[in-house]
Amino acid sequence: MAKRTGIEVSIAVSEAVKLANTDVIAAYPITPQTHIVEHLAELVAQGELNAEYIPVESEHSAMSACLGSSAAGARTFTATAGQGLELMHEVVYVASSMRLPIVMAVANRALSGPLSVWGDHSDVMSVRDTGWIQIFVENGQEAVDNTICAFRMAEDSRVLLPVMVHLDGFHLSHMVEPIMMPDQKEVDEFLPPFNYPLPLDPSKPVTMGAFAPPIVFTEAKWAQEMNLEQSKDVILEVWKKFGDKFGRYYNPVECYRCDDCETLIMTMGSFSETAMMAIDKLREEGKKIGLFRIRLWRPFPFEEVRETVKNAKAIIVLDRAISLGMGGPVASELRNALYPLEKRPKIMGFVGGLGGRDITPTDFEKIIKRGLEIAAAGSNREFEIYGVRE
Amino acid sequence: MTNSEDKMTWKDVEIGCIVTKPGSATITQTGDWRSRRPTYDFSKCIKCAICQTYCPEGCIHQNEKGNYVADLFYCKGCGICAKECPKKVITMIEEKE
Repeated sequence: MAKRTGIEVSIAVSEAVKLANTDVIAAYPITPQTHIVEHLAELVAQGELNAEYIPVESEHSAMSACLGSSAAGARTFTATAGQGLELMHEVVYVASSMRLPIVMAVANRALSGPLSVWGDHSDVMSVRDTGWIQIFVENGQEAVDNTICAFRMAEDSRVLLPVMVHLDGFHLSHMVEPIMMPDQKEVDEFLPPFNYPLPLDPSKPVTMGAFAPPIVFTEAKWAQEMNLEQSKDVILEVWKKFGDKFGRYYNPVECYRCDDCETLIMTMGSFSETAMMAIDKLREEGKKIGLFRIRLWRPFPFEEVRETVKNAKAIIVLDRAISLGMGGPVASELRNALYPLEKRPKIMGFVGGLGGRDITPTDFEKIIKRGLEIAAAGSNREFEIYGVRE
Repeated sequence: MTNSEDKMTWKDVEIGCIVTKPGSATITQTGDWRSRRPTYDFSKCIKCAICQTYCPEGCIHQNEKGNYVADLFYCKGCGICAKECPKKVITMIEEKE
């Protein structure tokens, strides 16, 4: 039987990787992801996890080793954050275009400069277009559950795509939380063995990662896009089956007290739970404000987002990253997703919580108040930064 | 990938663009990249095979008369053979069509 344990979230993610009977881990330590791979190294060294641990010399090598391992048909995991994700950047694209179902935890961190080891979503935004399935988690339980789900989604023969599980650096990765750790038997029943259809095999040679001339490149990219779009059905199916077995259900877009709301706030990641506290308080004061969060960042859940906001008149978005010269990346994606609607809500973008700065429930209240002011004034300002000292 | 890449649809692309049939390079007509092609004055040829040795495509072979000739299905027209030939047997000319 599964039991509730007080455990650091990073360690819990490593334990989930162990429960998934991962064959190969190739990783390089970087703050704030270090505890995940450090604990996995311990589990392998102590013989608790029968896996190959490849201590590589950089993140570029980590992802490259993962390509080889996954192509050989081994269940493969890695983890990184911030600058590490940047260093592996070019290979991140190769993993998805070669359709290798690697699972990677990303303990989201700000990008230099100035140098920061603390959390925000700059690193996520730099890998938006890499063709990976990307899932945001908000607490330790979701991190464990979605790490296990990620393997099943990735390795499904209809998908065969790598999956990133995004958890906020420090704000989530370093918390000690009560988590229901599933037991081995349950995970074994849930997670079928990995069978890559065309693995590296000397008796049946194939060429992987060959170049594509202009005459096939467009077809190759469209095949990849179709594959990523169609993976959504399997993602939903895996979450449903996980829920039926473990009692915890996940959705591409998660709502909190959204019903009958004309004003919604939108977040991604662990700050969502802080926002819920602000929502509760404002609801008690009789203000009809709800919260929705994007859990499935890629493939982007257009239909679910449009359905969620269909009655909204104003949406306040908190972006934990800044796309310099443009604004809040999530707010701009939301504008893109809602543009085809006949009745478009106003969207107020805020950039805040950068480089590890906290956003408290009181901050959320201020953001909501300011957002409603802007909406009432009918301003078309693209975005505002929250909490900057003038 | 199939042999006729120009007729291949996106649905024909193998998982991750994996090449499942070995020897796909032998059916790829790299000759159509060429903008210049080699011509020969075999009266000057001493059959030293330097052109064959230097050809990066490996597409120069001896014909029945013993002369060294590029296979134009593969020859990309780089002109290295013409540059290296000690007897100036080879002249590169513009492809017209």
